[in-house]
Amino acid sequence: MSLDKTDVEKIAYLARLAIDDNDIPSYVRELSNIFDLVEQLGEADTSNISPMAHPLDAHQRLRPDVVTETNQRELFQSIAPETVDGIYLVPQVIE
Amino acid sequence: MHNKSLSELSASLHNGEFSSVELTQHYLDRINAHNNNLNAYISICDERALAQAKVADLQLQQKTAGILTGIPIAHKDIFCTQGVLTSCASKMLANFVSPYNATVVEKINAEGMVMLGKTNMDEFAMGSSNETSFFGAVKNPWDIERVPGGSSGGSAAAMAARLAPIATGTDTGGSIRQPASLCNLTGLKPTYGRVSRYGMVAFASSLDQAGPIAKSAEDAALLLNVMSGFDERDSTSVERDVPDYTADLNNSLAGLRIGLPKEYFGEGLDPDVAATVEAAIKVYESLGATIKEITLPNSHLAVPTYYVVAPAECSSNLSRMDGVRFGHRCENPKDLTDLYQRSRGEGFGDEVKRRILVGAYALSAGYYDAYYLKAQQCRRLISNDFKQAFDEIDVIMGPTAPTTAFKLGDKIDDPIAMYLADIYTISTNLAGLPGMSIPAGFVKGLPVGLQIIGNYFDEARLLNVAHRYQQTTDWHTQIPDAFR
Repeated sequence: MSLDKTDVEKIAYLARLAIDDNDIPSYVRELSNIFDLVEQLGEADTSNISPMAHPLDAHQRLRPDVVTETNQRELFQSIAPETVDGIYLVPQVIE
Repeated sequence: MHNKSLSELSASLHNGEFSSVELTQHYLDRINAHNNNLNAYISICDERALAQAKVADLQLQQKTAGILTGIPIAHKDIFCTQGVLTSCASKMLANFVSPYNATVVEKINAEGMVMLGKTNMDEFAMGSSNETSFFGAVKNPWDIERVPGGSSGGSAAAMAARLAPIATGTDTGGSIRQPASLCNLTGLKPTYGRVSRYGMVAFASSLDQAGPIAKSAEDAALLLNVMSGFDERDSTSVERDVPDYTADLNNSLAGLRIGLPKEYFGEGLDPDVAATVEAAIKVYESLGATIKEITLPNSHLAVPTYYVVAPAECSSNLSRMDGVRFGHRCENPKDLTDLYQRSRGEGFGDEVKRRILVGAYALSAGYYDAYYLKAQQCRRLISNDFKQAFDEIDVIMGPTAPTTAFKLGDKIDDPIAMYLADIYTISTNLAGLPGMSIPAGFVKGLPVGLQIIGNYFDEARLLNVAHRYQQTTDWHTQIPDAFR
């Protein structure tokens, strides 16, 4: 399967990943090769085969709805790029 | 000191032959002498290690020490370590000093082990050669022009050069076993859910599993005893008692049923590696095992299945690296989208970007059924092959990797060729089974690993099978001349 420049630009946007224009041809080539490899799955007969999400088919556990974690906001925000008054700062989103 | 097993080190520490501070200093000296050459460690924790060693010495004096108290260890830089850089070998996390410990690190700290430092790896564990690290490639101590394997290449190189007595690794598609094979080490990937993933930077959550990289099966068993167990902080952790993994090490192998999948001995396998693996299997026959050829007919689907499942999960997991709460942030973002795009574009390396893009595409609207769902179905087919095989046999054996260590630079520009380095290890992760690699000999001076795959939660048997082989062979005791 071959992807084109537009496909690569679209998925890079979906992934919020800036990629250099000069690198797009190599992404087009490499991703096409990877999807060629993946196309082999089409040959497998998977009718009536249930998808496998967890190797042991385990289910999510439930726990009692009680507070178990203490507030460590200051510690966690100490490694953030930019905070003020306990809030993470990003460029303005709403005028 | 650096050739002693963990139980010998433990005995020496307990009887006062040397202290943990002396042992730790010995390793720090070796690291300082050799790390510039090998690039095995990203962080070396001198002061912290010596402080931990002092505490361990006190416990040893007061007779409150455990078996591994005072023994140094190296952690792959994927495990969160409170107060210490946890970079995952990425520019994205090159400033990330973790505010908390991974459960594995907590358990190992509680045992009183001493952290020497954090080892190099492929960026976010994506690679099979350790060349994708932001901090530079790691060299294989057996030949410094060759790769140590990956992604746990730093842990493997550190162990091969005896710059640590034991190390942790993680394995998503072979990242413990393949470097163990290329560096002459004993590496174990446990059953999915056996070891907590809490605090282990997530790559592909349904495949990732942590385990030991060791000099021997006995050493691996001792560390697995500490690492394993249920953890309510990991929703995929399995509630199941942990046996003493050293208890069955010496069991007889008479009557052991070994399956050899014909798919693991076909095209693509280096003939000298095949001959070495076959010689190891002969040793098992002499120990009383019986050999049966088996078939895992869906093996050819493993690599393509993996390269949907792993990138899909990675693109989701790595979406948390957005330049907002931690990690790299670009300069002067003009709006929020620009902040996300440039922080991620600058923070991630080539292979990580490639996998994020593959995953984002496979999960995008209209393609989910064709790729992710189809891959999850193929995963079931692969898993069913193993289920059927284990009705008739106890363990599966074959090569860990198709070749010995390849040259630095050989495969880094050809992603598909690199992916095929894990062709024999990936199925085990897809099925969630435990697997090991043990030293089985050399081809032209380079180590060859024998892979042993077991049924779910059969780690004790794998370790027993590995240990008995190591009682009759000495491959695992060989180290490169420069690091004796």
